[in-house]
Amino acid sequence: MKKLSFSTVMLWLGLIFLYAPMFILIFYSFNASKLVTVWGGFSAKWYVELFKDQQILDAVWTSLEIAFLSASMAVVLGTMAAFVMTRFRRSWAKLSLSNMITAPLVMPEVITGLSLLLLFVHMADLIGWPAERGRLTIWLAHSTFCAAYVAVVVSSRLRELDMSIEEAAMDLGATPLKTFFLITVPMIAPALTAGWLLSFSLSLDDLVIASFASGPGATTLPMVVFSSVRLGVSPKINALATLIILAVSLIAFLSWYFARRAEKRAKAAME
Amino acid sequence: MSKRKKGFRFAIRGRHFTLGFPFLWLTLFFALPFAIVLKISFSTAAIAIPPYEPTFTYADQLLNVALNLGNYLLLLDDALYYTAYLGSLKMALVATLGCLLLGYPMAYAIARAPAKMQTVLLLLIMLPSWTSFLIRVYAWMGLLADTGLINNVLMWLGVINEPLKIMNTDIAVYIGLIYAYLPFMVLPLYANLVKMDMSLLEAAADLGSRSINTFWNITLPLSKGGVIAGSMLVFIPSVGEFVIPELLGGPDSLMIGKVLWQEFFNNRDWPVASALAIVMLGLLIIPITLFHHYQARDLEKEA
Repeated sequence: MKKLSFSTVMLWLGLIFLYAPMFILIFYSFNASKLVTVWGGFSAKWYVELFKDQQILDAVWTSLEIAFLSASMAVVLGTMAAFVMTRFRRSWAKLSLSNMITAPLVMPEVITGLSLLLLFVHMADLIGWPAERGRLTIWLAHSTFCAAYVAVVVSSRLRELDMSIEEAAMDLGATPLKTFFLITVPMIAPALTAGWLLSFSLSLDDLVIASFASGPGATTLPMVVFSSVRLGVSPKINALATLIILAVSLIAFLSWYFARRAEKRAKAAME
Repeated sequence: MSKRKKGFRFAIRGRHFTLGFPFLWLTLFFALPFAIVLKISFSTAAIAIPPYEPTFTYADQLLNVALNLGNYLLLLDDALYYTAYLGSLKMALVATLGCLLLGYPMAYAIARAPAKMQTVLLLLIMLPSWTSFLIRVYAWMGLLADTGLINNVLMWLGVINEPLKIMNTDIAVYIGLIYAYLPFMVLPLYANLVKMDMSLLEAAADLGSRSINTFWNITLPLSKGGVIAGSMLVFIPSVGEFVIPELLGGPDSLMIGKVLWQEFFNNRDWPVASALAIVMLGLLIIPITLFHHYQARDLEKEA
């Protein structure tokens, strides 16, 4: 028998601490009792109730739509920024771009949200656009902060990439644009996928920034969950939470898997 | 020749576009908004849409700039804001310390685990931080409530006779903060510890150093970069946290993110909310710079 070290014990305690609340939540979502804390037998009735709630279903759709569009824009922005950060020569523009792109990673959400809202109000005042806040403004906000995460994922991949293949393509007469799409993109595709999936789940999950950037026109799922959770624990929300945990874990797992595959391929290519 | 020249011209334009597009986007949607927050923090609240008076007015060939320092003076004057800032700093500090005490051994154990186990353990650490933040905080509401699971189990075991009051206290906020930000502490620490040169530890052991001694004199100082990066990743977002104090905390667990939200949405006092944000940013400048400094140094080492 191997002697258990202090750090191993702490590791397992930490993992239990991280996972126990989620497993208990999933378990109680099948509780027949209306009281969240009393076990009244196994039942899936809260899931049925959930799928009858039109407000929640609408919010799910809005959230998915915004997350899809934000993740797509974030990949474009983040990849361009990552390209500048890894391939361009040092200049003030490169330096300020890399500072700006990584800043949202550490900025408190309330500040980012507040500042974006004030920007939208000002723009509406000056140029009459955006006329009202809603999906479009949430999309702009989410694309901006998700781009930071894409830039981190993609730039670490670009740094490891063998540049001689791109140089060879350009020596053979391919334009930089052609080289980028035919050579670079396929090589960083797993990182792009991972960045897209990560952005998708970040956008789906965001409450604070979406609340600031949104108007009466659009309510996302976290906003609906938050307003009903504020009133206390409810069994319907347990069911919804279980579905969200499962969906987001799946997305997270996929993005980890694609990032991992990229690493493995990179290692195989180097050998 | 002409084709080459065309290609060259295109390359120049392509490079400008690659740099220019994200640059303009971020200037417009990230840098400019902060300038606006700064501007509004100097304006006067008014019952209007938007609810503040303009800072710059132009009339009779006179540009009038009205800077109102009242919002900042109010922050100094009103004990509410003062307490909220101190409360936030205290909460964030305790949460960072808690994450460090729990996260350091965890990161250490992962870094020393067999290589195959490491990736699985890392995934296990990362997964919760990628599942919904709001839902994970909500999960604690059911556990910590007076009639919640923890109290029920403790009473059933006979450890306590009356339910412990945890929900809506500062303790609940600490639990929530440590729970939510623990992965952000473990990951940079792991990245740092796994790169450590093991021969130094072996040398220390060969020279007769006891393991506790080796840890204090070698492992801990060498992992300073990871400790700082992890602590900043926990501390900075904790200071501005809104969801956790709102859902788990009580009326007296004041945190600045919560106060800012209330000023903005409930009181509709945009100038004061902006001033609160500017002061919060001022407080966070040192930790943010520290984080960037160590991050940049780590990247340079790798390159």
